[in-house]
Amino acid sequence: MEQLDFSYVDEVLERYRGHKGTLITVLQQVQAHKGYLEKEALERVARSMGVSTASIYGIVTFYAQFRLTPVGKNLVRVCHGTACHVQNADGLTEAIEGALNVKSGETTPDMLFTVESVACLGCCSLAPVIMVGEKVYGKLSTDKVRKVMKEYKKKEAE
Amino acid sequence: MKILRIGYNSCGIAAGAEETLNKLHELLDGNSDFEIRKTGCNGMCYLEPIIDVIEEEKVYTYGNLTADKVQKFIDALAKGTHIEDWIILHPDHPTTQSSYQDKQVKLATKNIGVIDPENVDDYVAAGGYRALEKVLKTMDRQDVIDQVRASGLRGRGGAGFSCGMKWQFAKDAPGEEKYMICNGDEGDPGAFMDRSTLEGDPHGVIEGMTIGAYAVGAQVGFFYVRAEYPLAVKRLRLAINQAEARGYSGKNILGTDFSFTLHVIEGAGAFVCGEETALIASIEGKRGMPRTRPPFPATQGIWGKPTNNNNVETYANIPYIIREGGAAFSKYGTDMSKGTKVFALAGKINRGGMIEVPMGITINEIVNDIGGGIINNGKCKAVQMGGPSGGCIPSHLHDTPIDYENITATGAIVGSGGMVFMDQGTCMVDIARYFLSFTVEESCGKCTFCRVGTKRMLEILERITAGEGTEEDIPLLQKLCDAIIKGSLCGLGQTAPNPVLTTLRYFRDEYEAHIREKKCPAKKCKALITYRVVADKCTGCTLCAKTCPVGAATGERKQVHQIDDELCTRCGFCKDACKFDAIIVE
Repeated sequence: MEQLDFSYVDEVLERYRGHKGTLITVLQQVQAHKGYLEKEALERVARSMGVSTASIYGIVTFYAQFRLTPVGKNLVRVCHGTACHVQNADGLTEAIEGALNVKSGETTPDMLFTVESVACLGCCSLAPVIMVGEKVYGKLSTDKVRKVMKEYKKKEAE
Repeated sequence: MKILRIGYNSCGIAAGAEETLNKLHELLDGNSDFEIRKTGCNGMCYLEPIIDVIEEEKVYTYGNLTADKVQKFIDALAKGTHIEDWIILHPDHPTTQSSYQDKQVKLATKNIGVIDPENVDDYVAAGGYRALEKVLKTMDRQDVIDQVRASGLRGRGGAGFSCGMKWQFAKDAPGEEKYMICNGDEGDPGAFMDRSTLEGDPHGVIEGMTIGAYAVGAQVGFFYVRAEYPLAVKRLRLAINQAEARGYSGKNILGTDFSFTLHVIEGAGAFVCGEETALIASIEGKRGMPRTRPPFPATQGIWGKPTNNNNVETYANIPYIIREGGAAFSKYGTDMSKGTKVFALAGKINRGGMIEVPMGITINEIVNDIGGGIINNGKCKAVQMGGPSGGCIPSHLHDTPIDYENITATGAIVGSGGMVFMDQGTCMVDIARYFLSFTVEESCGKCTFCRVGTKRMLEILERITAGEGTEEDIPLLQKLCDAIIKGSLCGLGQTAPNPVLTTLRYFRDEYEAHIREKKCPAKKCKALITYRVVADKCTGCTLCAKTCPVGAATGERKQVHQIDDELCTRCGFCKDACKFDAIIVE
């Protein structure tokens, strides 16, 4: 059986040992390593912090930031805030789904792209916006967003 | 020597400020005639990237300065001239954009877009931390609270509760161990005031919160900021470190025996954490579920200890109130709502950005004078205020002076300050459906009426927008609204029906058109519209046929195209792609 290395989880746990109320921060930092929370990592956190895995699962599923499945190399977040909604955010999601051939909330089989809808990115004056990784694209249309996706696909193919 | 000051908040960076800055460095590094500085967003997000040119104490503000324009811009400056057409605010005369600024009064946001948020010296030079010094050296705890009470400042997070009274409760609560919270979990979709404030002037918020800590007697403070705001978190952390290094925060502040330690917590993404008891649960590392009040956090908050919680903007007002006195603040505003309010303008408005205006200004003044009207010369149909807890205010009420009481009377709320403008192309039933889908997603699930009731409401609204609504739907919606308001513990549930109630109250005809005539007057709801090619305008360029994902748009080159209504999924891609406006929605 493959030996998995969870020392990154232990490092985070060590940093916060003895500090109360840091469970969410611990989970955030554990997630920062691989972009999602592995089952074994959750169990490790639970054991170390003296809480049940079930209650950690409760926290992880409560907050939008946490993921239990691996995320694609390029995370495409489509803003569905009010300003983006009135400027056709639904259309952008549809266009991106078409361009990448994946449904919102899912990851492409080659693990290159994950598409998701988010509540608000706080760039309302540039609506409608999407974020790919850390980069924000604003004032989009279905036409423009398809071009953005094409560029990313091209870059990945190279 | 000329100073070039570039707006470098995340809105500016998204608009291309990073590329502009790189180009500036490429051209000017090593050139002693120019100095490049970074600042926050001056609020004119719609014209970013923005650069202020400061020469001989005059400020020339340039807008839309994308990287490709930088060479020409620098060439002109190097010759000692300006490119007048690119200047959006001129020191010597009014410009077409002056009206964006004219009615604003900047108290909480005066430093944003002026100082470098990553440099504590800049903040201090602008008068920063002088209020904290005044408090620690000349005022006792009650004096501070009296000034804040005299200012009339009400909580800017949405509820509008008196800030001075809140501080008084926390101060009077028995116990030595007390906490402060700064709520920066800006969850309302369509609002970005807290983001811009934390990115543009983090020290101002730290100073206000520290003054509050002194007044209530707290030793530890938590900033709770959305993880979606990485730049705000980064600048806040940097500012706290700088403040500690200078003795404005941490142990024995400014040499006194007052100590106050600050922590930053990144909110993991739950709208309900805007509610203070849920926020406290989240800070303690639990699921963010609200609990019954009383006991209020002022007596039993974090770890059961007295806790004061205000939002970012509330704290940002404090340094001004202390420096200038409560009366200076209360001279602005209306009888019941004193001072200024920060709003984020977005949606179908020409000038989207962040503004600070005196309470009492009318919505019309904001739309027309500041916001420059609706895009494409359109008519404003409604403004949405207060996010999912607020409502849509129709244009015939836009002469309403904005204050907590007046806006509540319309059925909306002032909320934290998001204003999303809507034109004739916005379907109000769809807006109600949109907000309900948000609350369904964000309901924590504790109260049955909120958990199940909002879901049922969403289903009804989905039915109506799909053209399957019936006459019974409107009374049923009203009944559910009533039940959810009564049966929910916290603000999320109690206000969740507001978007439906206000649209039903002011735009009932749109609901009826969907239900009775199976028509969407705004031509938005997919099930009730069709796409058609206008023969006179179609040039047969084939772009729509190429774009259509389902093969519904077809035609020969240079021949008028057509759309097969059976195949069409109403995605609208063809309309967006068409360069001749030849595709219309009916």
